[in-house]
Order: sequence, then structure tokens, then C-alpha cells
Amino acid sequence: MATRLAPKELMKQPERLAPGHRLCAGCGASIVVRQMLAAIDEPVVISNATGCLEVATTIYPYTSWRVPWIHNAFENSASTISGVEAAYRSLVRQGKMEEKDVKFIGFGGDGGTYDIGLQALSGAVERGHQMLYVCYDNGAYMNTGIQRSSATPFGAHTTTSPAGKKIPGKQQFRKDLTRIMAAHDIPYVGQAAPSKWRDLMEKTRKAVNCGGPAFMNVLSSCNRGWRHATDETLEITQLGVDTCYWPLYEVEDGEWRLTYKPREKLPIEEWLKRQGRFRHLFKPQNRHLIDEKQEEIDRKWEELLERCGEA
Amino acid sequence: MSELKGWKEIPIGGMILDAGNSVEYDTGDWRAFRPVFGEAECINCFQCWLNCPDSSILVDTEKEEMVGFDLKHCKGCGICASVCPVNAKVKKKAEDELEKDEASLCIRIIEEGKLQEAGYE
Amino acid sequence: MSKLEALTGNAAVANAMRQINPDVVAAYPITPQTSTVQTFSEFVADGLVDTEFVTVESEHSAMSACVGASAAGARVMTATSANGLALMWEIVYIAASNRCPIVMSLVNRALSAPINIHCDHSDVMGMRDSGWIILMSENGQEAYDSMVQAVRIGEHPDVLLPVAVCQDGFITSHALERVELLEDEEVQDFIGTYAPQWSLLDLDNPKTYGPLDFYDYYYEHKRQQVEAMENAHGVIAEIADEFGKKFGRSYGYLEEYRMDDADVVVVAANSTAGTARTAVDDLRDEGLKVGLLKLRVFRPFPAKELAEALSSAEAIAVLDRSISFGSMDNSGPLFTELAAALALQGVNVPIADYVYGLGGRDIAPGEIERVYRETLEMAETGESRGVTYLGVRE
Ligand SMILES: Cc1ncc(C[n+]2csc(CCOP(=O)(O)OP(=O)(O)O)c2C)c(N)n1
Ligand code: SF4
Ligand code: SF4
Ligand SMILES: [Mg+2]
Repeated sequence: MATRLAPKELMKQPERLAPGHRLCAGCGASIVVRQMLAAIDEPVVISNATGCLEVATTIYPYTSWRVPWIHNAFENSASTISGVEAAYRSLVRQGKMEEKDVKFIGFGGDGGTYDIGLQALSGAVERGHQMLYVCYDNGAYMNTGIQRSSATPFGAHTTTSPAGKKIPGKQQFRKDLTRIMAAHDIPYVGQAAPSKWRDLMEKTRKAVNCGGPAFMNVLSSCNRGWRHATDETLEITQLGVDTCYWPLYEVEDGEWRLTYKPREKLPIEEWLKRQGRFRHLFKPQNRHLIDEKQEEIDRKWEELLERCGEA
Repeated sequence: MSELKGWKEIPIGGMILDAGNSVEYDTGDWRAFRPVFGEAECINCFQCWLNCPDSSILVDTEKEEMVGFDLKHCKGCGICASVCPVNAKVKKKAEDELEKDEASLCIRIIEEGKLQEAGYE
Repeated sequence: MSKLEALTGNAAVANAMRQINPDVVAAYPITPQTSTVQTFSEFVADGLVDTEFVTVESEHSAMSACVGASAAGARVMTATSANGLALMWEIVYIAASNRCPIVMSLVNRALSAPINIHCDHSDVMGMRDSGWIILMSENGQEAYDSMVQAVRIGEHPDVLLPVAVCQDGFITSHALERVELLEDEEVQDFIGTYAPQWSLLDLDNPKTYGPLDFYDYYYEHKRQQVEAMENAHGVIAEIADEFGKKFGRSYGYLEEYRMDDADVVVVAANSTAGTARTAVDDLRDEGLKVGLLKLRVFRPFPAKELAEALSSAEAIAVLDRSISFGSMDNSGPLFTELAAALALQGVNVPIADYVYGLGGRDIAPGEIERVYRETLEMAETGESRGVTYLGVRE
């Protein structure tokens, strides 16, 4: 029987990510990893794209991973885990290895997923490998010092989209990767956040048991890049959810479902004002950008409600 | 770090065979703040355990109790205190009844070096 | 008993892959390698192999999946050419550094630009510092035999390095030749089963592959790769020897042709060695003392063996099918390496470089005869010459 998704039960399971890693204090990435791995009872094998999570958890000669883990390069977490999974299937089929219901998981940051690794991810899920790919989306290339990615929110200050005198931060709306992955018509796609841990865990379980390729996009705060206090990680993550910047939903066998509806949809300002990366938007000359952002969020939210049959 | 090894003494290809050996690495000295525990009664909801980015909440799995912090690794982010429902209740009350001192939190975050001042140690 | 068949070089390699029956193949089509993976796909479709064939969306993913599968303890193969290899580049290094004994059929083709699908060696020469073992083949037979040996070489516990087996695009990859295939069981017996020591799928003993490795240890890991390369030198000979004894076709680092009393020697690799052989015979008929030295192992570079084989020559010419732009004299990489090797071994023989055949430009026996005649002159003058771009129009 699967472990009940209750902290009291989950904490009795062996911890899969050891302490002593070098992620910044309050980093969302390891919260995401810990919650997701705690939700899986089966053995896991992990590939990890270059990025903060990979770098900080495996500084030689130390590793925080108590599960089999491989880092290959930045853009190929998906193709690497697809190779591992292919090896497993081949070895099991030939009787060279015992079948053990292993769950294959690829982790990558937004840079490694939305941008440089998108092709490898698209290819891997199209081929139908039994794997879950997880993007922990912190909205920039954090590991190299907070450069913009195609996941960076509109208006955000990053080191390559700085809020300057003329150009006030990132000029483009973010790419909607979750929808791109849903368009692959794979058995499971989910968008989640660690501030709603049970939702994240339930999705993780569905994803690894869907019998084919699965994708999850998980909002992951980076207090360095987002500029907030280290203890605000989950609160600000939840504001992302409650402002509908980051709706929680899933697409299971083509069926769209909203898994969480904020009691009251908060204005995007509530999320923006808590993060230093948006500070410049509150200058009088930039306030229209907040309105633009709100409009975009509203439009996408309505669209999502419609898809989920909630409109 | 222990003595650096020669090339014949380490596994090939950069492999690390000792899974989870980062426990040997201290991140506790990064801490500017320290979580302390035990003023208010802990309801053992394990929210802190679930949300600690550094796997640093110590639990007694037999007694099903939260027992404290792994201070060798805890970085003092304060997330445990922020997600603690007992704290939340106390704080909410404090807001309701203006001026009331948040006398008993379940997890309190205190600046390192100021523990004595705050009545700890 | 082995059987003779008329096969293209690519078909020979595909048959080697069938007989090796790797656990995983991840590959992507590119001319002139494509027919290898096509033929292999048929073997997969007909159930003749147990292989999991990963039909990746790019060569970058091909090599990435190979690294993942190899770390997982599978026997893994791939095939590519030129631009495909270039797209793999980053992971080519990672495969060697992670000590993944992947075997790759590399069908040599000119690198872009301008885009070209025909043979030269600009692709393989670029990977010469990547940490792969590199074997060259004159024809389909050699490519076939080396594929079989490559599995053993790469997987040898003292080596654990990836191996590229090269042959010339179109010239041998698409030419029908008589190829003597071994029996399936003979191949299986020869390669044995792969027992990886550190599999990622050993769930009870979790391992971390590919960590962040700074100045404290990166260098030590590179030193280990040096050791593996050095070990490969002996292992290649051992395995060639075993292969020769079992199957009657012997291989070494080099192959000498009419070198015994040769005054001048041409050094060549891959199919051009065949063309040069004809030139040697013709010139020998004229009474000229000429010989040919064919390079089979490019990595690890057999410097000592080359020096020994060339020590009594009076002049040497190198045939280079690529240019190392900006290198000394803008010569070919084979030349610069050989010249350095000879100098360091104290073999002081005049030497010249001939770049030829770029982008698939034909080289006729007549042109190689010209190389020999000029080298004979060089033996007279005793003075090394620089590079000649053979067959290029002014
Ligand atoms: C091919 C390649 N290009 C660039 C880099 C440099 N690089 C390493 S990590 C990184 C950013 C990672 O960003 P993301 O995937 O969002 O992960 P994060 O660090 O934010 O967690 C970059 C640009 C690289 N390692 N490899
Ligand atoms: S920079 Fe951001 S993402 Fe990277 S470890 Fe620090 S908090 Fe985490
Ligand atoms: S302060 Fe942060 S690191 Fe320390 S125990 Fe609490 S949540 Fe974990
Ligand atoms: Mg990122």
C-alpha cells in the first residue's frame, strides 16, 4: 500500500535528499525535490540538468543524493534519463535485470527546460519513455547569476533584462511551457507549487504512475533572484498561485482540470510588491506595466477556466 | 575537508559512491539566525519537516514527534517557523489583540549570538 | 565458420552491431552514416536483436542518451558523421570523462561549411583530444572487425573509454566489397557479456554520476583518463592478437606494406591506404624502393611504433585528409603529430605533408605516385618540406 500523503506518515520514510548541500538558505528547489520524492514510494533514478540544484547538491567529493543520480549537461536531462530508462527496459526485457517498478525522473531548471533543453524534452516525451520530467521554475538562470530565461515573468529585473532608465525589465511575457507540454498529448501534465504540498504530491504520484511520459512544471522560489527574505519562500510562492500567475492544474489523458481555485483571486500587485525584482514597476512611469501584466494574467486565467470547464 | 586524495585513490569518472555523504559537510555555520523550539506546545503536524529545504528537522519516527533541529546543517532560513500552524495561530491572535507579546511560539527564529539575550542557552 | 558476403561498409558495420546485439542504440540519421542505422532498424523491426533502439531527435540527444544508458550499465552503440558528431561535441567529451565504453561507428565526412556530404577527416580530427579511442579502417572488413574488437577494448576494466571506429564516407561506407562475417556465436563468444562495475541501476548502491568537480579533484580525474588511454595501448594489442588467433585476420597499431627495404614511406589512414598500395606496386615494378605505413590506431597515438617503423626510412610523406587551420604551416593534424613524435624519438628523417581529398575530392593512384616521386627527391636533398595541397586548383 502506498504511504498515506500525510506528513506524519511521510516523515517515517527514508530521507532521499541529505542535508549538507549548498543551495542558498530558503531555496525552493530542494523543497520541491523533497516533497516530490517523499510522495514516491518506489525506487527512483534521477537525471539532473546543470543548474543550481545540480551544482549545489553534488560538489565533489560530496553528494546529497541517496538515490541513483546522474548529471550529464545543461540541455540534456531529458535525453539522458530517456537513455537510462531505455537501458532499464532493455535489461529487464532480456532478463539481465529484475523488474522493480523504477521511476525515472529528470529534473531541470527553467533555463534547462524552457530554453536550451526544450528540444531534448520534446523528443523524449514524444518517444514515449516512462519518465517524469520536472521543471523547477524559478524564472531565471539563477546558477549563472540571475539572467532572464523565457520563463522569466514580464517586467522582472534580471541581470540580462535589467530595469534600466529606458527599458524597465523583461519585455516579453513568459512562455507557457505547461501548455506546450500538454500539446504533446502525453498521459500526464501538471502544474504545481510546493506551497500546496498535497496537490504537488498527488500530482507527482499520478505522474509517475501514468504509464508513460509525464511532465510537471513546479514553481520554485529563488530568494536571491526574486529578492525576498529567506523565510518568505512559501508565502510568496502561494501568492503566485493565489494571484493566478501560477494556476494549479493538470491535464490527464487530455482532460484539463483545475486542482485549486483561489477563494479570492488576488491582484497581481500582491505578488509583485513582495519581490525586489519587480520594485521598479511601482514607479509612476511604469505602473501601466502592472496593468498590462494583470490583463495578460486575466486573459490566460479565463482561458484556463474555460479549458477546465470552470468558466 | 579531509586530506585530499591522489588519482589512484578515488573512483574513476568523478563518480561518488558514498550516497548522501554531504552530511559530512557543515552548512550550519552559514546560519545568521537560529530556530529554537519548545515554548508553545508542538502539535506534531510535521509541516516544518515537510518544508525544510535542508532536511534539518529532526523527528522521532517511533514517538511521532518533532524533536528539534539538525544544527550542523540548518541554514536558518526560517521557513520552518513560517509554515508552523501553531505560530500562525499565535501571530493571528497577537494581531487581534493588539500589543500582545507573542510569548509562546512553537518555533522561534533568533539571531545567532543573541540567544542568551533572548533567554536561551 | 565465417561466411563471405558482398556488403557495403555500412552494412558490414550494421551486421557487426546485429551480432554484438547491444542493449541500447541511440542514433540519428546523417549521410553517409544513415544506411547503418536504417539497416540496424530492420534488424530491430525483425526481432533479430534485443536492442532498445532510441530514435532520438538529434545527435546531441543520441550521445546524451548513450551516456545515460551506459551509466545504467547497458552495452551501448551509436553511429554518426561530420555535423552529427559536431552537434554531439559537448557530450562526446562527457562520454569519455564519465568513462562510458560507448562504441560509435563514425563514417568520416567533411565538416561544414560549405555543407558537403563526402569524405574527409575533418570530423574525426576534431575529436582527437576528447578522450575517445579512435580506430581507422581501410575498408568495410576492417571496420567490421574493429567494431567487434572495440566492444572489448572499451569495456576492458583497465580502460573504460568510448571507442570510435572510422571509415571513409561513401568511399568504403557505400562500396560493395567482399566482407567475411563471423558467425553470430563467434562474435558473442569473443565479446562476452558486459559486467559493469558501477551501474546507475544498482538501486541498492546508489551512485552519483557527473558531479561538480572543482580544482581539488578535476585534475585527478583527468589523470585517470590518461592512465586509461595508456592502458588502452596494451589492451588494443592484446585484443587484436586474440582476434587474429581466433579468426585469422590480424591487426596492430600500424600495418606495413612493402616497407622492408623501403627508402621512402608514405603514411596514410583509412581508404587511401588502399589506393596507395596500388601506387606502391606500380613504383616497385619500376624498381623504386617505396613502402606504405597505414595507421590503424589514431588514439592512443602509437608514437613509439611509428618511430620504430619509420626509423630506417630516408624520407617520409604524410597524407592528411584534413587541415589543422592555423597550425604550423597550415598542415594536417596527422603530420604535426607524426613530426613531433619522430622528433621526440630522435628519428631525424626529412618529412613532408600532403593534404588531399577534402570534401570528397578523388585521389588517383597517379597523384600518390607523384607524392612518392617527390618524396624520393626529398630523400636526395635530405631536407624536409612543408605542406602541399594536393589536387587543389590554383
Ligand atoms: C551548454 C551550456 N550553456 C551554458 C551553460 C551555463 N549555465 C549553467 S547553469 C545555467 C543556468 C541554469 O538555469 P536554470 O536551468 O533556470 O536553473 P537554475 O540555476 O535557475 O536553477 C547556465 C546558463 C552550460 N552549463 N552549458
Ligand atoms: S540562487 Fe536561487 S535557485 Fe540558486 S540556490 Fe540560491 S536560492 Fe536557490
Ligand atoms: S531554519 Fe530553515 S534550514 Fe533550519 S530547520 Fe528551519 S526550515 Fe530547516
Ligand atoms: Mg532557473
